[in-house]
Amino acid sequence: MNTENIPDAATTANRFTETELVRKKYRAESVAKYLFLSMAILMIIPLVSLVSYVVYRAWPSLGLEFILEVPLRGMREGGVWSALVGTVYLVVVALSISAPVGVLAAIYLNEYAKDNWFHRAINLAVINLAGVPSIVHALFGLGAFVYAAKFGYSILSASLTLAIMTMPVVITSTREALNAVPQSFREACWNVGATRWQTIRRIVLPNSISGVLTGVILEVSRTAGETAPIMFTGAVFYKAVERGDFLPYHLTDQCMALSLHLFAISTQVPDVKESLPFATAVVLLLVVLSVNATSIGLRTWLRSRKKW
Amino acid sequence: MSPNPTAKPAASIQRPQRPVWEVWSEKGLEWIIRLCGISAIIFVLAIFFFVFREAAPALWSDNFKLGQFLFSKEWYPTSEVNVRYGIFALLVGTACVSGFAVLVAVPFSLGAAIFISEFCGPRLKEVLKVVIELLAAIPSVVWGFIGLTVMSKLIVQYTGAPVGVNILNGGIILALMCVPIITSIAEDALKAVPDTYREAALALGATRWQIVYRVLLPAAKNGLLAAVLLGVGRAVGETMAVLMATGHAVQIPHGLLDSVRTLTANIAAELGEAPVHSEHYRVLFLTGVLLFIITFVINLLADLVVRGIRKQS
Repeated sequence: MNTENIPDAATTANRFTETELVRKKYRAESVAKYLFLSMAILMIIPLVSLVSYVVYRAWPSLGLEFILEVPLRGMREGGVWSALVGTVYLVVVALSISAPVGVLAAIYLNEYAKDNWFHRAINLAVINLAGVPSIVHALFGLGAFVYAAKFGYSILSASLTLAIMTMPVVITSTREALNAVPQSFREACWNVGATRWQTIRRIVLPNSISGVLTGVILEVSRTAGETAPIMFTGAVFYKAVERGDFLPYHLTDQCMALSLHLFAISTQVPDVKESLPFATAVVLLLVVLSVNATSIGLRTWLRSRKKW
Repeated sequence: MSPNPTAKPAASIQRPQRPVWEVWSEKGLEWIIRLCGISAIIFVLAIFFFVFREAAPALWSDNFKLGQFLFSKEWYPTSEVNVRYGIFALLVGTACVSGFAVLVAVPFSLGAAIFISEFCGPRLKEVLKVVIELLAAIPSVVWGFIGLTVMSKLIVQYTGAPVGVNILNGGIILALMCVPIITSIAEDALKAVPDTYREAALALGATRWQIVYRVLLPAAKNGLLAAVLLGVGRAVGETMAVLMATGHAVQIPHGLLDSVRTLTANIAAELGEAPVHSEHYRVLFLTGVLLFIITFVINLLADLVVRGIRKQS
């Protein structure tokens, strides 16, 4: 609804004879408005102040050198290179599994499934998959991939766990994108004799590809930030890596990860250089928030040039 | 769309035929799509199966009694003489921290949702929604880190508590994490109320506050309840933030400034030390099964509540 068209409380009030009742009504209105405004603002203040405080404390360590250097002296000094590369590994492997499966699942849900109990069951499963605690995903990854499938503690096990955990993100956002393609497009395509898949391939996907992409980018940010699922499946506190090495790990190796590195140096290692954990937190925040901002920017841009 | 290049026009009476391989590959692809479609169900079942499979032997162990597991507050998994697995203190810890977090988060998030949906202009609305999305994206380990370093110092300074990592700290951190989730779902619920309701109320001379209070809240109450439930689910399942911010004492708390340990944090803290396939290890998996069941029930409830609205309208 266009809330702009509702006349402002003050101007409307002047047009009528003000009774005590009317005045009370508008007083309640403005009290409510500012109350809710303050609640919305109170939600933002902690975010801004906490993040700026973390950046302030991290300042002495921040710089390009911090990113390119590997952790030194038992993670008490140095940078985050090995952890950053590990996170990239985990994200890439997880994404290459969950993005195709998630997109196809969304296609099934939006284009093929009929509205019956089975469809509802899938929906419930997606909601549940998103709601299962991350530590339970970790237990699942440990039981299923590390032991049952015998992948061992490796990037592969950790990525598979992450992939399953973040799949609901892709499914939900892809469904939204597919759902936004008008039904008339599909009907027109069916009418010229195209099959269901041809319609999806030539009409539905090209018209929603950017929305699908937004969801996938969102998943990157989610995957990069998770800690609990990789703790017991393949990420380790420390692994020796050469400075500036781009491909230090194999798929069956264990690796470091940015999120776990932050956990390790802030709780497990004594006498860490003071600004180091703050700087690690800033790098992690930068990765996650910039990826997220890309996704939001892409979505806003798309909405502005929507054709229908 | 350009005409399909692979379809050859045949004799004038016959319909154009597609090559056999194309028909079959399309069929195969559709089967793959179906398989991916049901993958979510497979994964949920697999999670339960594999976690339960690791946990099951503990159920028949001599040291393990279900009553003791649920209702005893004695958690001594590594004791040499008398091993006891009682998670009651952990359950209470989880309930305290997430209960406090939800109590703090709900008024703020519902207020923010009402403001975003009903009171603010379109530009501010976009900005606020982006902020909420970014707030939701902050990784839990960063929240935990903030609790451990920033919040705990503030708490020690202002309340005089001996340690800064306690229920209050974990609760505030969790509340900050829950607010964006509850807000965005609650805002969706308010948006789903038909505009005709608002117009009817406006025509009667209601102010916006009266519309919110008399029309929108009753109409959207199921969606709002579902939002709160999903927030509870998130709070119960959160691991890293509570691991870092609530302290590590297995005890029944007596006040907000006592340290506790939650079910999730307990698994994260002890799984690394428990020998693989030992009894302790299996009991930790059993805690995982319990967590799975708790969050499953919460999500199911939220789904049923939302379904309730659709039936009515």
